Amino acid sequence: MKNLLINDSFETAKKENRPALLTYTVAGDYTKKKSLEILKSISDYADICELGFPHNTPIADGGQIQTSSYRAIKNGIKINDVFSIVSNFKKSKKNKPIILMGYYNMVYQYNEDKFISMCKKAKVDGLIIVDLPYPENKIFSSKCKKNNINFIQLISPTTSKSRLRKIINDSHDMIYYISMLSTTGGKLKVSAKEIIKQYQKIKNQNKSKNVVIGFGITEKTIKSLKKADGLVVGSAICKEITRSIKKRQNAVTNVNNLVKKLKNKIK
Amino acid sequence: MKIKKNIPLIDQHDKFGFWGGKFGGSFIPETLKKPVEDLTNEFKKLRKDQKFIKKRDFYFKNYVGSPTSFTKLENLSSYLNGAQIWTKVVSEANGGAHKIYNATVHALICKAMGKKYIIGDTGAGYAGKMLSMAAKKFGLKCKIFMGAKDMKRQKPNCDAIRKNGAEIVPVYSGSQTLVDAVSECMRYWVSNCDNTHMCVGSTVGPNIFVKICGWSTAQISRELKNQLKRKFKKIPKKLKLINCVGGGSSAYGFWSEFIDYNKKHVELIGVEAGGPKKSLLHAAPLSRNAKIGVLHGAASYVCQDKEGQIHETESISAGLDYPGVSPIHCFLKDTKRARYTYATDEEALDAYQLVTKFEKLSPSLEPSHAFAEAIKIAPKLSKDTIIIVNSCGDAKKDRDILRERLGKD
Repeated sequence: MKNLLINDSFETAKKENRPALLTYTVAGDYTKKKSLEILKSISDYADICELGFPHNTPIADGGQIQTSSYRAIKNGIKINDVFSIVSNFKKSKKNKPIILMGYYNMVYQYNEDKFISMCKKAKVDGLIIVDLPYPENKIFSSKCKKNNINFIQLISPTTSKSRLRKIINDSHDMIYYISMLSTTGGKLKVSAKEIIKQYQKIKNQNKSKNVVIGFGITEKTIKSLKKADGLVVGSAICKEITRSIKKRQNAVTNVNNLVKKLKNKIK
Repeated sequence: MKIKKNIPLIDQHDKFGFWGGKFGGSFIPETLKKPVEDLTNEFKKLRKDQKFIKKRDFYFKNYVGSPTSFTKLENLSSYLNGAQIWTKVVSEANGGAHKIYNATVHALICKAMGKKYIIGDTGAGYAGKMLSMAAKKFGLKCKIFMGAKDMKRQKPNCDAIRKNGAEIVPVYSGSQTLVDAVSECMRYWVSNCDNTHMCVGSTVGPNIFVKICGWSTAQISRELKNQLKRKFKKIPKKLKLINCVGGGSSAYGFWSEFIDYNKKHVELIGVEAGGPKKSLLHAAPLSRNAKIGVLHGAASYVCQDKEGQIHETESISAGLDYPGVSPIHCFLKDTKRARYTYATDEEALDAYQLVTKFEKLSPSLEPSHAFAEAIKIAPKLSKDTIIIVNSCGDAKKDRDILRERLGKD
């Protein structure tokens, strides 16, 4: 069963001959209210919005997202707030897909089934659990599928060929390719050509899957990866929020401008 | 949930790496799947390779300085007037603590895998110091991740790490202690796993790291078993093995040969860090009934809030100041093979004072927690009961804390 919203977003982008733009922001950064405002405002340009539920011991996030996460936790964000941000967002933007992203302990403590049913209720379209890899994620991912939530598998440059095949077989509509060996927000240390080559290998396995590329994508690098089905920008946005707070500027406007610029680069 | 006999505990996990079906596993980002798999295969091969075992034993003997001594604390025993108190002075090992076993093995594995860089986390600074020693010995470039708070309170070990030519990467995130150092070290590995080997400093982390560390520290109990047989002709009838537990590497190493014995014959007692007497914070997930959670790639009892955010911990002992614990100890707890309790900062300090008053032994604050339990229970026990405390670290590194708290060196 396909998640229509996620699929439609990729279809629309393809018709416009461009990659889909995916943004990542942290729920509750820098307050619950502001993070909802930011989300709404960037969804004018973003095709799919990823929303992080912050964890205080992240093992795959770089400095920018860590800063955003700590800020959100400090400001009191709880899992139920994350769901209510999504619900509120969906009230005005019901056709914009939302993907929640985070670490497994949060799901585990909330209870897997309860977490999925809350996702369904809030109209979450997809889930990325960073530290729940294949095949450990098999049961959880099939539970998601049953509830029409995309469980998004990650693939990295270290993923072996045989593993790649298995992961793709077990994946839903969307796959996330990690551009390089790095935590989020690292400097792109691999050439765009090399990244696209790896991306193509994944595409060649199954053309019907939408493959997005993330990690290290900024205003400077986004254009060079235009060939992909979708591109994810996260740390650059978190950095902009941090910068705006420091300069006492309006983070909502600044982030909106940044995402608009990103979108223009891939049009 | 049951422990099997005649199989090392480190190997009693299922195909997903879980002990007792729920502790351990490998909750890792996709990028680390391959390096963890490579390491798993390499370790599987090496531990069966006689040449590698010979090499390990050679370095354990000639570099680490095995066996460390086993001796009775006569004065302390007479003072307590109950069970006999013995100690295995693991702090005699090169570098001053049990961490040298794991560090040496990881350096050997790193060499065998053809990697030139090695990284590791450290709390008390011992894991870092030993890894920097082993790296120097085997010609590897080394980076140590350490919380900024720990760098301040364990300065002597920081000096030693730098002297060995390793770089210390200070970690300023979160509580600036061991938990953050491990996270940062794992993040570094995610970015550099193609040419860098990671050493996890205790029996924590993804399954394979629990196994390698436990396999390394098990040397302690192999020695102890021989020493017991030599001293007593057999394993004494009423034996209690007391060990402090942070991550749990020294406790597992101290106990591994004795797990198959009946618990009435050989009791295993783990002592966690209870933190300051008046504080609500502690680092005692086993004895203070924390819930199961996922931390640093493994499921274990974890100090955390309802939502799954990891709690800050507090302990005078940097080496025990960790919110999680080895999945192996969770397994030993749930099967009731080991008993876990805690000692407060104050109890550990009192124990340190008592031990140093009566004996020529200067246990660091970590084993002082174990001594606190020994001192507590010994007077109530019969004279033919043998308590052995693993004195797994030396107090040199605690110089500043001891001066501040006790007003002396």
